[in-house]
Amino acid sequence: MASVRPSSRVIRLGAAAAFVAAAAPSWADMPERVVSINLCTDQLAMMLAAPGQLISVSDIATDPLISPMHMVAAAYPANFGGAEEIYLLRPDLVLAGVYSDPAVVSMLRRLGVEVAQIDIVSGLDQVTDRLVEVGALLHREDEAAARAEAFETDLAALTRPETGPRAAFYYPNGYSLGTGTLSHEILTTAGFRHIADELGRDSSGRLALELLAVAAPDVVISTGTYPGNSRSEDILHHPALEALIAAGQGHISGPDWVCGTPQVLTALSDLTTLRDSMEAE
Amino acid sequence: MRLSLLLSGLAALVVVLFGLSLLVGPAGFGIGQSLSALLGGEGEAVTLVMREIRLPRSILAVMVGVSLGLSGAALQGFLRNPLAEPGLIGVSSSAALGAVLALQTGFAASFALALPVSALVGASVSVMLLLVLAGPRGGSLTLILAGIAISALAGAFLSLVLNLSPNPFAVSEIVFWMLGSLSDRSFDHVTIALPVMLLGWVLLASLGRGLDALTLGQDAAESMGINLSQLRLRLVAGVAASVGAATAVAGAIGFVGLVVPHILRPFVGARPGALLPASALGGAAMVLAADIAVRLVLPDRDLKLGVLMAIVGAPLFLHLIYKTRRQMI
Repeated sequence: MASVRPSSRVIRLGAAAAFVAAAAPSWADMPERVVSINLCTDQLAMMLAAPGQLISVSDIATDPLISPMHMVAAAYPANFGGAEEIYLLRPDLVLAGVYSDPAVVSMLRRLGVEVAQIDIVSGLDQVTDRLVEVGALLHREDEAAARAEAFETDLAALTRPETGPRAAFYYPNGYSLGTGTLSHEILTTAGFRHIADELGRDSSGRLALELLAVAAPDVVISTGTYPGNSRSEDILHHPALEALIAAGQGHISGPDWVCGTPQVLTALSDLTTLRDSMEAE
Repeated sequence: MRLSLLLSGLAALVVVLFGLSLLVGPAGFGIGQSLSALLGGEGEAVTLVMREIRLPRSILAVMVGVSLGLSGAALQGFLRNPLAEPGLIGVSSSAALGAVLALQTGFAASFALALPVSALVGASVSVMLLLVLAGPRGGSLTLILAGIAISALAGAFLSLVLNLSPNPFAVSEIVFWMLGSLSDRSFDHVTIALPVMLLGWVLLASLGRGLDALTLGQDAAESMGINLSQLRLRLVAGVAASVGAATAVAGAIGFVGLVVPHILRPFVGARPGALLPASALGGAAMVLAADIAVRLVLPDRDLKLGVLMAIVGAPLFLHLIYKTRRQMI
């Protein structure tokens, strides 16, 4: 039963966020020791928390390959997401993702720690929802409202008609993204046509390299490689893929693409720059 | 004459399977379209797919099959034991360990052949260790037990190295190194593996006369002028080079060297020398067929070759243990 109460509170807060924001904030229950254990909640917490309110972010938040705010995150003590470690930080609120380790989440709740699980974002319209939701949890409603408004303005300025070049995502292991993803929305908002639409792939998954070659996209969006070696990443150096990129254009989807936070605006502006340069040719 | 008939039959089978392998793929081109793109086309997508994706995969399947079939036949002939097979006795996992170490330390990038040579070193350590442990007669029990120990140790170190890698994908690739796959390999892999494999094939092919003589017993072989220590050295180097290069590019694919010689042995009159070329062709046919099957069964999932080979090979292995259990005790 202990696990039901905090999650129902999250739902109530999420649904009634606007109402909560309008009400006078009760400073008495403002969480003072907030710990984030998920890369995306790290970003939202770092953007919204009051000075001193956020006491730890996840260890990967300092990884420049995946975390867009790695410079900011370096100022916070890192945690590795283990229940014991988190509990010893004595948090009064833990921010986690819906796919955070369920064993850790349930143990923390059993120990009486409030854990808020923030849902992932699959569309750009949900970015402001998450801002408001986390803002309410942190009792930083005004900050969240200002961020959300700035996001809407910038998003409108970067939106282009969907008549641009044809693009495809191609990641290690031949993993390609489908149409039901945040990356698809970023791509199409910047005015690119996504080949997943032509191929009718709504879910993400392995796309055979030969199907990609036949689809012949104008832009192949891939990712940077990690240190060390992996066979999974070998495919990014396959001669057939290199030929495709040489015939068109390659683009790297960096850490700005990972989370549904205002960071996606950077990804979006990189894409619009790419599109403008391609159309100028 | 029967041998040449068998060999030409096997060669024909390899050619047919090679052609089929080129025609199987998710893009589903027609036969005529595929072949004209492969032989004549320039610059279009079909040509790119045929030449850079399907052709290297089919060529690698042949190369890996020849290497594994040949190594299995040579090991079994030398140890006079039908259970000797590179995958089962730990040679493949040791080769994989050598390859993984070279890849993770960055040594693989230092010169063109660094990767297959590192796998060769890993493989040769295990073959030498096995020959020392199993002795000249290659008793089944010591051979299999030593093989289990070497496999376990190499597998453990392989997991350790991949777990220590800074690369987040590395850990999930334990499966690839243990079970093997040919998906998305390119001509880069063909060119690094081929020189080392060729060396191994030449060494193993030269063992024929010595292995035939060895069937009469060690003393008889020596009295026929066979230099056993030299034969052993060529076997170690040949198996290490073949299996090492194959594993470096395709992972450890087990049971090919067990199943193929076992099927072909009755056709060559149990002569280990004649079994060598037959097993080379048979191995190529088997790996080609398995690689076609994994693409037909689960086209989107990159089913590992080792899964299919174990489904075919493990029951045969059990059957062989059952047959040879008397001599084990």
